[in-house]
Amino acid sequence: MSGVPLLQARELVRRYTMRRGLMGRPVEVRAVDGVTLALERGRTLGLVGESGCGKSTTGRLVLGLEVPDGGNVTFREGPMPPRQTAEWRRLRARMAMVYQDPLGALDRRLPIGTQIAEPLDIHGIGSRADRPERVAQLLRDVGLRPDHAQRYPHELSGGQRQRAVLARALATGPELLVCDEPISALDVSIQAQVMNLLAEVQERSGIALLFISHDLRAVRQMSHRVAVMYLGRIVEEGDPDAVLHSPAHPYSQALVSAIPQPGRGGRRIILQGDPPNPAARPSGCAFHPRCALAAALCSRAAPVLKPLPDGRLAACHVAHGTVSPRDGMPQQRAA
Amino acid sequence: MSDLALPATISAAPPRRRRVRLPPLVIFAIGWLSLMLLTAFAADLVAPYPYTALDLRNRLSPPVFMGGTWLHPLGTDELGRDVLSRLIVSIRMSLLIAFGATAIGAILGVTLGFLAAHFRGAAEQAVLALVDFQASMPFLILALAVLAFFGNSLPLFICLLGLHGWERYARIARGLAVSASSQGYAAAVVQLGASPWRVYTRHVLPNIASTLIVSMTLAFPEIILLESGLSFLGLGVQPPLTSLGNMVGYGREYLTRAPWILLAPSCVIVLTTLSVSLLGDWLRDRLDPTLR
Repeated sequence: MSGVPLLQARELVRRYTMRRGLMGRPVEVRAVDGVTLALERGRTLGLVGESGCGKSTTGRLVLGLEVPDGGNVTFREGPMPPRQTAEWRRLRARMAMVYQDPLGALDRRLPIGTQIAEPLDIHGIGSRADRPERVAQLLRDVGLRPDHAQRYPHELSGGQRQRAVLARALATGPELLVCDEPISALDVSIQAQVMNLLAEVQERSGIALLFISHDLRAVRQMSHRVAVMYLGRIVEEGDPDAVLHSPAHPYSQALVSAIPQPGRGGRRIILQGDPPNPAARPSGCAFHPRCALAAALCSRAAPVLKPLPDGRLAACHVAHGTVSPRDGMPQQRAA
Repeated sequence: MSDLALPATISAAPPRRRRVRLPPLVIFAIGWLSLMLLTAFAADLVAPYPYTALDLRNRLSPPVFMGGTWLHPLGTDELGRDVLSRLIVSIRMSLLIAFGATAIGAILGVTLGFLAAHFRGAAEQAVLALVDFQASMPFLILALAVLAFFGNSLPLFICLLGLHGWERYARIARGLAVSASSQGYAAAVVQLGASPWRVYTRHVLPNIASTLIVSMTLAFPEIILLESGLSFLGLGVQPPLTSLGNMVGYGREYLTRAPWILLAPSCVIVLTTLSVSLLGDWLRDRLDPTLR
């Protein structure tokens, strides 16, 4: 890969304050807690994890839609300019986003064509006379017909809407596309189409993708690299085949075992304990209350994300061999 | 719904724009409102008499359909002034006040609501405090105070009535703008790099227009009635100037002997407010492509 990555995020932290009840004391919630990631041109980074683990917040942070409380984002070797400045707005043409709910992301009162032309209007790209031709080309690129330009969002199917959102995102020729659960609201048959379309677009334009999803199969199919998030931290990162075939972190193991596979009955890891609550982060390794392998050290010291012998990164005392898995009641159970 | 096209015919052709077919009630509403607007603009030309001209020999003469003469088609009032002429001039005055005040209230409220939604924080708190203040203060007291200190003039009166109801627009605009920008189309457009001006005027405003229009059609009759109430209290339009509310107020004393003085402006008020409501309802549906 050519030298410096397109996108670099270092030690991103995003906190929210939350108040429980009328007189409750404000509680600090760390949605993202020290996430570091890098993305090269033409590559795809898959970000997986259960809901509430900070995937989407990470996506919004790297786009500069939210201001990190700690850490920084570098895009094309420049720091992210402050929000809502002219420079920040100009940068929007270089980075785009695809949303989970395409109907919500489109303005239901404007025809698709007008909305696809909107980024061109905003950034003053091309002349007004070229717009219809450019919109028609964008529509063809995402597998819609030019006459769809006159349709309103509610007149399209879910897959067509997501294609329209993608066409709008690609209108300015961005270098980075953040896909926040782009397929989870779609039909299974449409999911494959949209994923193929994204891969096709990437091959054609060399765009870098940050693919956020909780669907491990989709992530494996799309990504060049996968990062698994748990409670606002990356717990394992590496080659998708390595991470998703032989996960090193116990949380990744549980995630991978939840992929339904025919003929592999009875090896599913059911996680014990409560789902993670970012307002009450456990001490040490955040995963230790639910971990089958947790040793005494795990509840005291938080493991660092560092390379394993095979090159991938993991944050786990057991995987690194610092401690041996505790003996006792195995929490691995047949489904 | 003439071209609910079959799937086969959708294939290549873009959907045809449907011809607007007006429901009869909307035709009536448009007709009535155009008549009112024409009357308002051409008041000086169509009024048979000056609205202050007295015809002392024909005081309290009934209208044609109650046995009167064509000399005064809608009868005369207690001073022998022609009711038709006064009605025509009143329509101009009342429409001016009602449209002006509704527009002022809507613009003021929507602007403040959007400012609150955009800047949040202290600006939002200030606008909300102002809204609560306005909502909790009896409007009559405000009106009395303003008119007592600044005297009575028509522009001031219109602005004052514009203050009535702005807090509703502000609340609606703020609430809908906040929900639009926290997620959905407005956030998506911000991510595309649009300026706040573009986001609010091109996207948020058209999307919340239906709610605002309904609110405006509710406010319009209220303002006409408020104007008549204030005029009756001697705070609004003062004689010899005349307005619909003013006519109703002064005609009240002759309700039993000469009901036509009050009847004609009352009918105009009812029909005009009804037409505005009908038209607003229809317009809201037309502006929403998902309901077409």
